[in-house]
Amino acid sequence: MDLFEYQARDLFEKHGVPVLGGIVATTPEEARAAAEQLLGDSGGVVVVKAQVKIGGRGKAGGVKVAKSAQEAADRASEILGMDIKGHTVHRVMIAAGADIAEEYYFSVLLDRSERRYLAMASVEGGMEIEELAVERPEALARVPVDPQVGIDQAKADEIVAAAGFAADVAPKVAAAIQKLWTVYRDEDATLVEVNPLVKTGAGEIVALDGKVTLDTNADFRHPDHAELEDKAAADPLEAKAKAADLNYVKLDGEVGIIGNGAGLVMSTLDVVAYAGEAHGGVKPANFLDIGGGASAAVMSAGLDVILNDPQVKSVFVNVFGGITACDEVANGIVQALEILGDEANKPLVVRLDGNAVEEGRAILAQAAHPLVTVVDTMDGAADKAAELANS
Amino acid sequence: MAIFLNETSKVIVQGMTGSEGQKHTTRMLASGTTIVGGVNPRKAGTAVDFDVDGTTTSVPVFGTVADAVATTGADVSVIFVPPAFTKDAVIEAIDAGVPLVVIITEGVPVDDTAVFYNYAASKGVRLVGPNCPGLISPGRSNVGIIPANIAGAGPIGLVSKSGTLTYQMMYELREFGFSTAIGIGGDPIIGTTHIDALEAFEADPETKVIVMIGEIGGDAEERAAAFIAEHVTKPVVGYVAGFTAPEGKTMGHAGAIVSGSSGTAEAKKVALEAAGVKVGKTPSETAALARDLLGG
Repeated sequence: MDLFEYQARDLFEKHGVPVLGGIVATTPEEARAAAEQLLGDSGGVVVVKAQVKIGGRGKAGGVKVAKSAQEAADRASEILGMDIKGHTVHRVMIAAGADIAEEYYFSVLLDRSERRYLAMASVEGGMEIEELAVERPEALARVPVDPQVGIDQAKADEIVAAAGFAADVAPKVAAAIQKLWTVYRDEDATLVEVNPLVKTGAGEIVALDGKVTLDTNADFRHPDHAELEDKAAADPLEAKAKAADLNYVKLDGEVGIIGNGAGLVMSTLDVVAYAGEAHGGVKPANFLDIGGGASAAVMSAGLDVILNDPQVKSVFVNVFGGITACDEVANGIVQALEILGDEANKPLVVRLDGNAVEEGRAILAQAAHPLVTVVDTMDGAADKAAELANS
Repeated sequence: MAIFLNETSKVIVQGMTGSEGQKHTTRMLASGTTIVGGVNPRKAGTAVDFDVDGTTTSVPVFGTVADAVATTGADVSVIFVPPAFTKDAVIEAIDAGVPLVVIITEGVPVDDTAVFYNYAASKGVRLVGPNCPGLISPGRSNVGIIPANIAGAGPIGLVSKSGTLTYQMMYELREFGFSTAIGIGGDPIIGTTHIDALEAFEADPETKVIVMIGEIGGDAEERAAAFIAEHVTKPVVGYVAGFTAPEGKTMGHAGAIVSGSSGTAEAKKVALEAAGVKVGKTPSETAALARDLLGG
């Protein structure tokens, strides 16, 4: 889960990373109050920053300086509602203005390929790090981090030396890096990035921006992380699926998909997309993995989400009975259609294979539901579902 | 021959007394796996009776993995404990000197995996998973949750990130059979990789054709392609899932995500084809490619 900048800032503050004052606002009035509070502290300027989970907001006009509370409210009213690369701005952060002497870069992230962590640091901060990595790779220090050890004093010193920080700031940067590591480890992050990390005119080190990605597998030990979720931004169908504990991703297409196992469902989407090429270019409408046990309750909850997608014209249920027996799945489908009643109003193509497949197909044949077509192979069923979606 | 697991493997089950552990221990016993013990500190000294096709098999429960290994000589542990306890369970198995640890548990925090993977690597212990279905050497041993009745022993070596695609491919090629089929898991960090399995299949005289199934996310398939070009002489057939996956969305498996332009199915397919791997567009087409190689 990616966090907003203001959420990252709050986590930084919680773990002792030096940050400036920052208050989130969803209306110009809230922005004015926040600016009054921050300007009262410093008497300088505030920065109104669009809160979107995408880079390039500065260039898009989503970051503006304000010298008074009124100006902050005016800037906020301009920025709120703005569209930045397809992301609507619903919140701004009013941040205390910084006296920036130098800009640096730091991040620590999961390195999947090497199965450890990677710290990156540069004394040339501020610019897009992808650009820096391509244009001046020698300016970006890359230091492997052993997950068993983490970033201790020695590792922080190594990172600071590798990046070539000047002697006057090196100890403070190393201290900030260790605090950022605490954020990474204690919050179960897979990315903590600060761009820019700045030196102020007074020589202090401050994290001026923050990007944090959290590992949702670790939610069980972080009950507080549930509050960080941006529920308003979730697709309504995705929210409905999540409430039913279903693993669902909304896509832009006409063939609803239900399957068991992440790999098989991904594969089903691809096979439907290929089949769709011959049927007016119809595409898969969603990813939905109902997991190992395809009970009637799970099947009806899944169908309920998919049938509520107005774009869906047909549904493809693709189940391989491994541990789950196909007769249970077939019973699940029949019962789900009973539970849904008139709500079930789109054709269903069902492909069952594997454990107890003959019994499963017999149950569907017996039920003879007018909406259900059984096709024996995955490729054939995908073709049928695509054809029905295009008719 | 087979890889990693054979008829002499002695298996303990961490989490055997839980509901999933009991269910799958029964299935493993029924498929001929030699299960020598379970581990549960609160039930040490007891035994669990499993009804396997009408015959009762009693499996002793030990308080620690070390006790189980000392008493039984176990050389494989399979882990069915919940995510919150997985890290401790894996480390306990590593410390007890178990050379092969298979982690079925889904939902393990990646920081936990990063720690126990690096610890295992430092001790020379092979991990399979987490978030995987395990592995089966048909007719010899079955560790994890792969149904044993899909296919028998034969000349195909199968390695896959996905459980159900493993089952699907075994089913499609059941007339030939498998030396070993291994599900390596879909998490961002896993123990045994495609490359480890490819290396072992290359060295296994029984394996004639290798089928490799990948999916979006990371660069494991690209690395495997480079390894194949350099080190694999046996024919390899490939399949990659997730061509239609949108950028930035996790598709079921924690590791299955396209980030920016990296981790795409297209890039993986191109890399595999450049290494001489025949890549199928669908699982059935992939099976047909393997069938051609096997003369079916």
